[in-house]
Amino acid sequence: MRYHAVGSFDEAVRISASATGVTRFLAGGTDVLVQLRAGIVQPDDIIDIKHVPGVKDITRRADGGWDIGAAVSGVELGAHAALCRDWPGVVEGMRLVGSTQVQGRATLTGNLCNGSPAADSVPGLMAAGATVSVTGPEGARVMAVADIPKSPGKTNLKPGEVITRVHLPPRGANGGDSYLRFIPRTEMDIAVVGCAVNLRIDGDTITEATVALGAVAPTVMLVPAAGAALVGSTLDDAALDALVIAARAACRPISDKRGTAEFRIEVAGVLARRAASIAYARAKGETA
Amino acid sequence: MSRIHITTTVNGEAAEFLTDPRETLLDVLRNQLGLTGSKEGCGTGDCGACSVLLDGVLVSSCLVLGVEVQGKTVETIEGMATDGALHPLQRHFIEHAALQCGFCTPGILVAAKALLAQNDNPTETEIRYWLAGNLCRCTGYDKIVRAVQDAAAEMRGAA
Repeated sequence: MRYHAVGSFDEAVRISASATGVTRFLAGGTDVLVQLRAGIVQPDDIIDIKHVPGVKDITRRADGGWDIGAAVSGVELGAHAALCRDWPGVVEGMRLVGSTQVQGRATLTGNLCNGSPAADSVPGLMAAGATVSVTGPEGARVMAVADIPKSPGKTNLKPGEVITRVHLPPRGANGGDSYLRFIPRTEMDIAVVGCAVNLRIDGDTITEATVALGAVAPTVMLVPAAGAALVGSTLDDAALDALVIAARAACRPISDKRGTAEFRIEVAGVLARRAASIAYARAKGETA
Repeated sequence: MSRIHITTTVNGEAAEFLTDPRETLLDVLRNQLGLTGSKEGCGTGDCGACSVLLDGVLVSSCLVLGVEVQGKTVETIEGMATDGALHPLQRHFIEHAALQCGFCTPGILVAAKALLAQNDNPTETEIRYWLAGNLCRCTGYDKIVRAVQDAAAEMRGAA
């Protein structure tokens, strides 16, 4: 295995494009090193992007949105008060990943690229409408986070492509987001179901709503019908019931040691209802 | 496989080693630098027994490559006692018998020190969440939590 500490993403892409064997990009390493140790992945070239200028930066753009470098850790995300105020659901999803030790290293970009259907930070990013900047042998492009996951452990990135930054849209007025997951213990487990809700209100009425579910399908996914169930409502019981039905209808879960398919479908509705209530309260400026 | 020369700072002193890029920081600490206080419990970042500070941030050294610490500072359990005097956390762990087999203890002490560096008066809940990634199969955790609370109180009083 060759280790490359690159100084730019162009250099990273040059190495990955010319590599003949297995390549892995290294940011926090909390998945890559586990896979390496377990022999699941045997990289010939490992490309450490943490020395690229800007990869640790969290920047508010002129339009009010946010750019988050590919190597920003969970700890650094959680310590950024202004970002936490704008996108508490995005941050709380990332902060649920692993232990204090893992939080010191793990990144949004890594969580996304690992391709787990249970990735805790991904539903919040999708619900927020986040995009990512991608650089590769054929040039740069911007992709929606929702278009990245392909199947368990696989992404739609092309060979040699690397995500350089995550972009969150401007929060704007009267918006709120939230992420909840179910695990059978208090901490340190993988989501049995995860659900993120991002919405905007005008007075008491919801004008925009996006719902994403995790761990109930081969990938984290947006559920447009669930968001539509909320729009135009004041989060009344009828809207919440419609949300629950739409969320459950979208589930295509497996049964495994962490939960049966039936249980996951049930919990998806429960979490959607609760996450929507928290996002709604946050949109109204209430603490939740 | 060619080995890479790394220079770094460990517990305040300059250190250097030659490492295969596959080696973890934990392997380097234990096998090359003779610092066997950090333990390998799982090797997959689940147990916290290998906890160290890397540029002041709490990490699992089994999830860091040795080559990644070029030019950085590493703090391990071996650097916790100063001039032969135990750190207050170490003393209170002994007083509370907050260990039995002791395998998890170095990692928990390093993690607890990192907590107290940023929060000198953590609640029991904050201590339990912070240490959730440090597994102990002997103590049931209560004595560990009380030892951290007492050490924090002593350190606040001494400040």
